[in-house]
Amino acid sequence: MYQFVTGPLLWLSFAIFIIGCIVRIIRYVKGLNWQADRVAYTAHFSYGMKGAVRSVVFWLLPFGTRSWRKNPFFTALFLVFHTGLLITPIFLTAHNIILKERWGFSFWTIPESAADLLTIALIVASIFIILRRIALPEVRILTTVYDFAVIIIAVAPFVTGFIAHHMASDYKLWTILHIICGEIMLIAIPFTKLSHFVLFFMSRGQLGMDYGIKRGGMKGKGFAW
Amino acid sequence: MPEGILCNKKMVDTKEQLDALLADAGGAQYYKEMKQLDVDSDALWVTIQKSLKSRLKTWLEICAHCGMCAESCFYYTANNRDPRQVPSYKIQSTLGELVKRKGKVDNTFMQVCMDTAFSKCSCCTRCGVYCPFGIDMGVMFGYLRGLLFSQGFTPWEMKIGTGMHRIYKAQMDVTTEDWLDTCEWMAEEWEEEYPGLKIPVDKENADILYTVNAREPKHYPQDIAEAAVLFHLAGENWTVPSEGWEETSLAMFAGDWAACKMQVENVYAAMDRLKPKRMVVTECGHAYRATVIEGPYWAGLKSGQPPVESFHYVEWVAEALRTGKLKIDPSKKIKEPVTYQDSCNYIRNAGLADIPREIMSYIAEDFREMTPNREHNFCCGGGGGLNGIGRYREARNIGMKVKRDQILATGAKLVIAPCHNCWDAIRDMEEIYHMGIKWSFLKPILIKMVEVPEHLKPRDEG
Repeated sequence: MYQFVTGPLLWLSFAIFIIGCIVRIIRYVKGLNWQADRVAYTAHFSYGMKGAVRSVVFWLLPFGTRSWRKNPFFTALFLVFHTGLLITPIFLTAHNIILKERWGFSFWTIPESAADLLTIALIVASIFIILRRIALPEVRILTTVYDFAVIIIAVAPFVTGFIAHHMASDYKLWTILHIICGEIMLIAIPFTKLSHFVLFFMSRGQLGMDYGIKRGGMKGKGFAW
Repeated sequence: MPEGILCNKKMVDTKEQLDALLADAGGAQYYKEMKQLDVDSDALWVTIQKSLKSRLKTWLEICAHCGMCAESCFYYTANNRDPRQVPSYKIQSTLGELVKRKGKVDNTFMQVCMDTAFSKCSCCTRCGVYCPFGIDMGVMFGYLRGLLFSQGFTPWEMKIGTGMHRIYKAQMDVTTEDWLDTCEWMAEEWEEEYPGLKIPVDKENADILYTVNAREPKHYPQDIAEAAVLFHLAGENWTVPSEGWEETSLAMFAGDWAACKMQVENVYAAMDRLKPKRMVVTECGHAYRATVIEGPYWAGLKSGQPPVESFHYVEWVAEALRTGKLKIDPSKKIKEPVTYQDSCNYIRNAGLADIPREIMSYIAEDFREMTPNREHNFCCGGGGGLNGIGRYREARNIGMKVKRDQILATGAKLVIAPCHNCWDAIRDMEEIYHMGIKWSFLKPILIKMVEVPEHLKPRDEG
């Protein structure tokens, strides 16, 4: 079992994840239509790119936009959640040891205590994100089972990983579960809302281009996100 | 009944059709017929498949249901934070469902979509600015309005409006003759006070081609006279076209894309014919957006630009004051507290936020900003065609509370609103909520305070 989930299944899920993301990016760009979207993408490409970069950067900056500043609590949850989600798996010592053993390279690593802290913070943030969904009427009305499923898919690898590392009586079982959850997440990314992993940049960039080209970008300063 | 006599999927292309619609008081028969109107699900789905591309598809798919758009919507706050007014909910429960069901929806569903698209969204595009993914519900509601229109589910006034554009190339029944008569009449009427005042028609190679909103010749022709006076005092070489003088597009509000194209091509034809150096459009937000911002795309101009560089009236005013073409008498500046209404259509859709502030610095002593303002301003409540639709009047009046409170918070007694729809909404707001304020376009204010050069003054008799 361990051989299988860390062998063929791992390869398969990475392949689906990477190819899937690339396909989604290509399909997004190909599906843009200057006349239907009413944005002269190619005619004013440099203005468009300027707008796109501006838009992406401001929205990636913590509290970089008015919208982030207006919702400090959610912004903090969002930041913690996504930081944990991206930083922990890539820079975790254990993952990098495996990388080094198998493929001969590794990234920088973060101390184990930092990884633990990020994981716990991420899990706590996700609990608050779920509670927020239930508690606030304006979010509750939008929420479906799918939204909870997506959060669970994203958090499961962290919960199982944490248990395997710290609490498990049956280390092997939890490790396998952890790997399977991770693989489910990778496979789910191109096919679910988790596709925002790449489509955020596409959609954000597109609206940035819209503002950069058509909605005043060519008249002066960039848009005040 | 598949299609009614008044409410149907046909376009209003003849005067008879238009008159029949106009004769239906308040659209009573029209809306009665709408209840029976069949939905052509196949056609709807074909249209969706053809036109729902990356941008809208992705927006519908990746919306994380985070609710960050809620507070961005003036309808949401004006309706006591009613969750049904959350922009994401409004679009997911209408367009989202329509797409999910592959167009297989019934009459009731289409009417709910119409009610939502015209009484819960003014397409002000503010939500797009607050969504982390950049999902612009205003753009999506514009798209939904187009789908609804193609199936005959559009408010009575919108059907009339697009008919007007199709028949008169104007949002109201103003013919070329009416337009030219009005120009002539206004020039004559005001010439006594401003000797030499002319409204030149169809002058080729002028510096400025001036175009208007059809309501001006129809209901307040003095606006045209005031524009003429200011151009005259500024020494501009300007003209108006005999055809292609109308900038607005109710067709854009309705989602009648074919009529949008017809309307804007009429204006562009005037540009091609008269070859002006630039075009200036009157004090109207949606007219500017329709002709200058969106129009090039309807007309298929790959540059995304109109054939001639085009400006909103506020841009011309700022330039005239900056360069001294118009000089303000300092003693006549506005003394009372005054505020300024940012029109969504040329602030968020054209980036003209700085220009009005510059104008205010020349003409007002006590200028007070609303909060929030500029790109983050709220819609007046009258945008997106909402002013003109009887069926949704009550919903619009509630929506206007946000702007009312913003204005009152400034303590200003005068609101300058260089946009017809904002101007109307503020007038209605005063009528309904008795705020004790005045409202004005820029032109009458400027006329009161601008210095008349010596050589343009009327000569004393004897």
